[in-house]
Amino acid sequence: MTWIKVCALDDIVPNSGVCAKINEQQVAVFREAESDQIYAIGNYDPFSDANVLSRGLMAQLDDQVTVASPMYKQHFNLQTGQCLEDETVSIPVYKTQVIDNMVVLEAK
Amino acid sequence: MSLATTISTTKVVVVGNGMVGHQFIESLLASENTDQFEIHTFSEEPRLAYDRVHLSEYFVNRNADDLSLADPQSYATAGVKVYLHDRVESIDRGAKTVTSTKGLTVSYDKLVLATGSYPFVPPITGNDRQNCFVYRTIEDLEDITQAATSGAKKGVVIGGGLLGLEAAKALKDLGLETHVVEFAPRLMAVQVDDDGGALLKKKIEELGVSVHLSKATNCITDGEASIHKLEFADGTELETDLVLFSAGIRPQDALARDSELDVGPRGGIMINDHCQTSDKDVYAIGECALWQERIFGLVAPGYAMAKTAVAHLVGNEVPFSGADMSTKLKLMGVDVASIGDAHAATPGAQCYTYKNDPNGVYKKLVVSPDGKHVIGAVLVGDAEEYGTLLQYCLNSIALPASPESLILPSMGEDVGGLGVDALPETAQICSCHDVSKGDISASVKSGCCSVGDVKSDTKAGTGCGGCVPLMTSVVNHELEALGVEVNRDICEHFPYTRQEIYHLIRVEGIKTFSEMLEKYGQGQGCEICKPAIGSILASCWNEYVLKDQHVGLQDTNDAYLGNIQKDGTYSVVPRVAGGEITPEKLIILGEVARDFNLYTKITGGQRVDLFGARLHQLPDIWRRLVAAGFETGQAYGKSVRTVKSCVGSTWCRYGVDDSVGLAIDIENRYKGVRAPHKIKFAVSGCTRECAEAQSKDFGVIATENGWNLYVCGNGGMKPRHGDLFATDLDRETLIQYIDRLMMFYIRTADRLQRTSVWMENMEGGLDYLREVIIDDSLGIVNELEKEMLLNIENYQCEWATTIEDPEKLKRFSHFINSPDSDENLVYVSERGQPRPATVDERAHLIAKAG
Ligand code: SRM
Ligand SMILES: Cc1cc2nc3c(=O)[nH]c(=O)nc-3n(C[C@H](O)[C@H](O)[C@H](O)COP(=O)(O)OP(=O)(O)OC[C@H]3O[C@@H](n4cnc5c(N)ncnc54)[C@H](O)[C@@H]3O)c2cc1C
Ligand code: SF4
Ligand code: FES
Repeated sequence: MTWIKVCALDDIVPNSGVCAKINEQQVAVFREAESDQIYAIGNYDPFSDANVLSRGLMAQLDDQVTVASPMYKQHFNLQTGQCLEDETVSIPVYKTQVIDNMVVLEAK
Repeated sequence: MSLATTISTTKVVVVGNGMVGHQFIESLLASENTDQFEIHTFSEEPRLAYDRVHLSEYFVNRNADDLSLADPQSYATAGVKVYLHDRVESIDRGAKTVTSTKGLTVSYDKLVLATGSYPFVPPITGNDRQNCFVYRTIEDLEDITQAATSGAKKGVVIGGGLLGLEAAKALKDLGLETHVVEFAPRLMAVQVDDDGGALLKKKIEELGVSVHLSKATNCITDGEASIHKLEFADGTELETDLVLFSAGIRPQDALARDSELDVGPRGGIMINDHCQTSDKDVYAIGECALWQERIFGLVAPGYAMAKTAVAHLVGNEVPFSGADMSTKLKLMGVDVASIGDAHAATPGAQCYTYKNDPNGVYKKLVVSPDGKHVIGAVLVGDAEEYGTLLQYCLNSIALPASPESLILPSMGEDVGGLGVDALPETAQICSCHDVSKGDISASVKSGCCSVGDVKSDTKAGTGCGGCVPLMTSVVNHELEALGVEVNRDICEHFPYTRQEIYHLIRVEGIKTFSEMLEKYGQGQGCEICKPAIGSILASCWNEYVLKDQHVGLQDTNDAYLGNIQKDGTYSVVPRVAGGEITPEKLIILGEVARDFNLYTKITGGQRVDLFGARLHQLPDIWRRLVAAGFETGQAYGKSVRTVKSCVGSTWCRYGVDDSVGLAIDIENRYKGVRAPHKIKFAVSGCTRECAEAQSKDFGVIATENGWNLYVCGNGGMKPRHGDLFATDLDRETLIQYIDRLMMFYIRTADRLQRTSVWMENMEGGLDYLREVIIDDSLGIVNELEKEMLLNIENYQCEWATTIEDPEKLKRFSHFINSPDSDENLVYVSERGQPRPATVDERAHLIAKAG
């Protein structure tokens, strides 16, 4: 597995997301505030056909950590990519690590 | 003889399509055997039944449809034959036909007289002069408005009963100097006693209406300063431009008299317990009917009669057994209620009274001779106990040891309140629609889980509205009994309502979401609580929304200070206060749009929107705009949007004041203020209303004497005309009221609730709002003003701040690790401007490029 450095941890404001480009793929990367846990999923929102998920709000629902799409507010589980509103829809997830304060993502 | 059974239909003719006639038809249509009946109805008025009880609301919305109860479409679908604007002139009981003014003769098997009553006009010389009116129909109200707007300055209401006071309020609202003339020595002689009447008089005078008691009007002649002069028996006089008679009602029984049905000595068509008249095929219901020598001038007994008559027609029995005449009203903002034997006329009745002059409260409790039950009550100035006392009275509930506790103000602990539990299942909660506690619990059990649901299911609360507070407790009580938690929490992370959260943040000076979460929440928050709390923090402290602690709370629009578009780009809307813009600034907007290839459009809010800006372009675009003197228009925020204006007195030949100048000042004062939802204003320079101010959250219209303020209007999904809140204000008072109103809205509204919905849900409505804002009934207006001032002092243009902060600017690029732009953004040209490609076009264009 190849790992790619995308940015410094501090480049991501806690509780928000950014978009990274890895191998021509758009990846939405989120930073959880307390734990500094990093999540990464595809940036493409299948409901609006737009690359916007990194700009959604992080939301905890029934113990699942999700992002709500900024467009029409569907939720995607940040660990599995599963859409909560439509079980037939899921999006890619990427493995993440923080090494020396750098955010590192799995390249697919 | 054929063996086939022919179903014979019964032809029912209903004379009068008022509230009760319509209720009769609806119940008959809802009955099981409805297809046995052929229904015909005559309406003398030019429209079908409407809500006469709420007639005065016509002055607010001027929309007859808002009041309508019956509509021609559903009547037609149900097969009801309607004769509109046609009066039945005679009945031929032998031939069983009726004949109308238009010359129509219609036969009947059963005849229902629902002709209501007519306003009594005392036989005074001059009572037919111009500008002499009554108060009963929509047409009456139109005539009154017409007179009031074409020069009348002064108005007199003759009659100080319930209706007279309601009419006086209407005249006052129309801007007339208003007087009430009453023959009796007190107001509302029927419902209240001397002490209550005296207090009521004082309160009404405080509101600027003059009250003249014990005055018998002899005649109306030419006035000197005004159109008329009233001459009274005691030799005094009163000049006026308009006279409104409200001296009681008389049953409309002429038809019955002419056809020799029995009528009472003082009028009214005599009926038995089944609502039949002296002719068994003729029924009479509503205000025209006389039962046991009584006329019922309220709608609820009429509805009960309709029910009785329908039951009798279909072969059942629901005998009419009289009705409770208790009433609760808000007259000119004064609560007045009377229950049962208000005058303690029952021999041996005993009374408890409570009188508080400074606060203007008077309460009297009448109990039975044995002291065990409530038999009557009078409440003036504070009618909160109405629901409870009425239930005690109607259900003969045993009184507590010290009955006075029921009307004494509670000193700390709650003494007198009657729990919903104490009410029997049969207790009538809504008298207008005869809905009992049992009916409400059945409705809840069948799946209705909110007050709104129960209202549409049972109709409870949809008449006079007086029962809504009690009904709400019954609904909540029943829900709780079913184990349903009545949950108004904002989300799973905070067990509080928006109002409670606002309060906690304000009172404890909480400045961040994490602090709030730590003290009062659980978990990590979601897309409901984060923006809601972000918005409350902004309303309270007005800090820069992109501060690190706040960024993660903002919806994408606030987070990037632009409105997201369907393809993920943003729009740019600079503020153009009041819609006024210099040619120089227009040129700059054009240049910026051209240089960044942005689609350009004039918005519905009198400004210019530039669409299609990519994340990384936003700072560059705004640098140019800020340098040219523009500020953010906050089109993205749940905040103050635009203040629309018309050109006003500066140019317009009709303008009475400078609407543009005021609009600009208002916009600059409140720009950036965040609220539960967006807030829109408009200012018009005269009553032609070119700025459409009455459709805004706050609308201002210039008058000869100042500014009129309208509140809680809405365009959008469910349009609502604003309510006239105050008239002829000077600039300073206008701004003061708006400061208070906005902060009160921010304090108390629900998440994402526009002012229109906030108002519709407000108990006490417009009157209550006036009490809070104008009379300071809650003692908070100073706080509200201070809070608004803090907001205004802390204003900053979010874009001006952002472009100066390199750290913040990092967020404005599509990729954190690459300067590339989003390859998914593809445009085609249409009418000389770019627009996002459709899915097909995009696939095609990307393939071609690849
Ligand atoms: C641009 C504009 C349409 C136009 O091309 O003219 C517009 C565009 C949007 N309107 Fe609007 N509204 C615009 C004037 C209006 C008006 C007219 C007015 O303000 O005079 C109304 C009716 C008046 C009212 O609000 O009472 C209006 C009623 C709405 C509503 C319904 C609100 C309601 O209470 O029912 C929404 C939906 C919402 O807010 O929940 C909405 C929402 C929107 C959103 C934000 C939808 C969205 O979430 O993407 C649109 C994006 C704006 C953008 O990208 O800039 N827009 N919208 C107008 C911007 C005015 C401005 O200069 O700021
Ligand atoms: C301003 C105002 C406020 C009120 N407030 C309250 C309140 O708060 N609570 C309350 O309980 N009650 C209130 N009332 C009283 C309530 O409106 C009446 O009790 C109710 O309307 C009676 O209904 P009805 O059908 O008997 O009479 P109406 O509603 O008067 O209907 C009778 C209809 O029959 C028509 N008609 C008469 N004769 C003929 C004919 N020969 N041919 C054809 N049509 C005919 C009339 O034109 C009228 O349309 C109020 C009334 C007014 C005016
Ligand atoms: S009306 Fe609908 S489509 Fe048009 S701008 Fe408003 S929200 Fe958008
Ligand atoms: S009592 Fe009038 S609406 Fe219920």
